[in-house]
This record gives sequence, structure tokens and C-alpha cells, in this order.
Amino acid sequence: MTGVTRVVVTGLGAVTPLGHTAATYWANLKQGVSGIGPITSTATPEELSQKVAAEVKGFDPLKHFEERGLSTLDRVSQLAVVAAREAIAQAAIIFDMPLSLRTATIIGTGIGGQTTLDESFRRVYRENRSRVFPLTIPKLMANAPASQISMFCGLRGPAFVVASACASATHAIGLAFHMVRSGQVDCAITGGTEACITFGALRGWEAMRVMAPDACRPFSIDRKGLILGEGAAMLVLEPLERARARDAQILGEIVGFGMSADAADLTAPDLGGMARAMEGALTDGKLDAQDIQYVNAHGTGTAVNDLTETQALHRVFGAHAGKLAVSSTKSMVGHALGAAGALEMVAMLLAVRDGVVPPTIGYLGPDPACDLDYVPNKARAMTIGAAISNSFAFGGLNAVLAVKKFS
Amino acid sequence: MSDVASGVIAIISKKKRVEKPTVELSDRLEDLGLESLDAVEMIFDLEEKFDIEIPYNANTNSPRTEFDTVGDVVNAIEKLVAKKKS
Repeated sequence: MTGVTRVVVTGLGAVTPLGHTAATYWANLKQGVSGIGPITSTATPEELSQKVAAEVKGFDPLKHFEERGLSTLDRVSQLAVVAAREAIAQAAIIFDMPLSLRTATIIGTGIGGQTTLDESFRRVYRENRSRVFPLTIPKLMANAPASQISMFCGLRGPAFVVASACASATHAIGLAFHMVRSGQVDCAITGGTEACITFGALRGWEAMRVMAPDACRPFSIDRKGLILGEGAAMLVLEPLERARARDAQILGEIVGFGMSADAADLTAPDLGGMARAMEGALTDGKLDAQDIQYVNAHGTGTAVNDLTETQALHRVFGAHAGKLAVSSTKSMVGHALGAAGALEMVAMLLAVRDGVVPPTIGYLGPDPACDLDYVPNKARAMTIGAAISNSFAFGGLNAVLAVKKFS
Repeated sequence: MSDVASGVIAIISKKKRVEKPTVELSDRLEDLGLESLDAVEMIFDLEEKFDIEIPYNANTNSPRTEFDTVGDVVNAIEKLVAKKKS
């Protein structure tokens, strides 16, 4: 076939509640380990009603950055840069000239520098201080993670942040995929990052009344809502020909990307919007519904998302829906909002590569309204030819990526 | 009418999605067209007004199943207010 550029993944990086590298993250996902635990990131957790979250535990920025450089790096940028460095190291790619000029940095984040914002507001409003730290603004700006990756890694092509709440990373990766496929760039660093388990942000989530008190149980009977998570995951994308020419290790192939907007309710999910995004990804990837074996679901664990997503899968896949393995890795790493799509993309790529579907843990039993195969509680070995990953955001913004096993 | 009842009615009147000049204690929440986000906003307003905490999780609680009428909401708030005072 000529004329169509195939886009492959040659590097992965992840900093997650289940480990600080993509390899440890994946090993724990396969084991069905929960990354959810007591909240430790705020100074006054006892004041909160919410007691648990999926935090990136034991992350020491001084292991990764010089002390003086940290004054400009919010946690959201720290996680992003560490994941990007890991992905680039795995890809064994050197960004010299002219590749540096032809490499995009497209990063998703839902919120941006929430920790800096929270700390600054705490100083001003709670402690009545008159000054905040001098680099507060460039530290907390939403585009900081893309800027910091471009600076730390020497990437001089198109660079910006994509914000679409819980779909941010999926939109970012999809956009980067299309930029590489179209020839606009020769390489892309893309993914998502989020670090918003702060006192102020948790207060906001408490007020929404959608968080579970203990565990995230997607698609299960007696599910009680989502658990907030954090983390970052990054991918190196390049055209197949370039990867082959430099004899790079190929981890997977991205083939399709679909997007839609509900234009309906601000927070309630919409069956039609979900379905159109999935159909868009299949069409873009020249895939039939029957080609898909695995769905990494949005699967937040809220009553209404999981029900609506199940209905959307029925609409898109028809009778084939019953044959799909559908799992939600949010059961293990919580909902990392703007990073979620990237954490899930890494999980999906490695599931396809290794032929192992990560489980939906915390599953107590079937909800009659959620009647698909959710791979409950235990990982499953199976050959996966193609898979999709769903992200459906507050604001009714939906994004879906499709990958194929590389051959 | 008690302070709680008039306070609840004032809050529900702001959130209702149907044309109806007055909200009565016997009105059913469903007939007032209250949706899930309305419930969350309404609960916030009630907590702020009466300085109470209302346990509510949108995944497991539904205002339509637990509270049929405006009067049911008033009763529940009166209990929480009394509990706070005691």
C-alpha cells in the first residue's frame, strides 16, 4: 500500500499510582493491584469527607530534577517530564537537527497546575499572606507541561496542551497521531498528565457527590462512584518507515481516532455522543466492529456513566458486543482526569502486544443493566487483533482511539 | 409554615424546571422537573442555608426515590436541623 503513513508507538513512559515506570504499572495492572489508598497529599486530610484517592506514592522530585529547577515545576509538569523522558529513552531516539524541529509535543491535561494554585490560594486566603511565590503564574499555567517537556527534551516543533477534562489525553494523542499520519511532523511526544489531588480540588469533587467512599467498582452491582487519581503517561509516535529505518522497537500501531460532542448536558453522559466517537475511530481506522476484541472502557464507576457506556457499546457493536472483553483500569488507578486517556492508552497498547486483558477489579457481581463481559477481578490471556480506548468528558466531549496489534 | 419549610420551598422554586407559580409541600419532585445536577445544587443551597450536612451520593441516592414530595424534603431537613441543635 502506498500513500498511507502507518503510525507506530516506539516508546512508553508512565508515572502512576501503581508504579513510576510503564513496566511496573503494567505488571501491577495485570496482577489486579489497587492503587487506591488514604489521601496523604494534603496537610489537613482529616477535614475532608473523602478519605481515599489513587495517588502517585513515593514520588521524589529530587531524584529527577535539580533542586533549583523545581521552583518552576508544578507536580503536573514533574510527572509529565519524567514520563516523557522514560518514553524517549525507551524509543532510543535522539532529537538532533532537523528532527527536533519536526517533533510535536501534544499533551493533555484537565486542570493544569492545581497544586500551585491551591498552595497560593491557601497562603493568600487562609494564612493572610500578602505575597505568593514569584513564579506562581508560569508554574501553574495549563500549558506548562507541554512547555516543560519541550524544554527538557529539546523538542522544537508544534507544542501545546489540549484540555477536554477527562478526555484531554485521548484528544492529545489522537491529534498527535493525525499530525504524524498526515506528514505534518516526523515524530510526536504525546500523552497526558494530571496532579489535582489537592484540598481545594477534593472539596470541588466532594460537592459533585459522585465519588465512592472506598473503592471504584466499574460496571458492578453496588458501584458507588469514581475515585480521583493522578499520574502521567507519554508515548513516542513516529511513521513506520522512520521507525524501521532506525531499527526501532515497535510497541504497537495506532490506526484510528474519533471525536464527538454531545451538545446536551454538562455532566450527564450521552449515548449518541459516545457511539459517534467510537464509530468515528473505527471508520478512521478502516476497522469493522467485528475486528475489535478489547475495549478499554471509560468506566468511571459512576452509576450513569457505566450504564450509558454499556448501551453505547451495544449500539455500536450490535451482536458483537457480547464477544468483547471490556475492562476499566480506573478500578485500579482511579480517574486521573486529563491523564486518564494516556494511562489507558499505555494499558491498551501493552494488552494488545502481550495478549493480556487487564481486569476490572472490585467487581462484586453483575448489574442487570450492565450486561457485557467486564473481565471481572482477574486478568485474561487472549489474542487481541484490535482494540479501542474510550474517553468521555464532562462537557460532553468524547474521544476514542483505536490500535492494532503490530505485524 | 415553618422557617425550614419556607426555606426549602424558596430553594426548590429556584431550581424547578416547570412553569408553576407556587411550590406546595404536596408537589412531587418529579413533577417539578428536577434533574440530577439540580439535586446536587439544591442540596448545596440547603446545606448552606441551614448549616447542616446532607449525606448524598448521586450514584446511590436518588432524590426521586427517597423524597417523593417537597414535604418529604422539609421533614428530612427538619430532622437534620434538630439533630444539629441537640
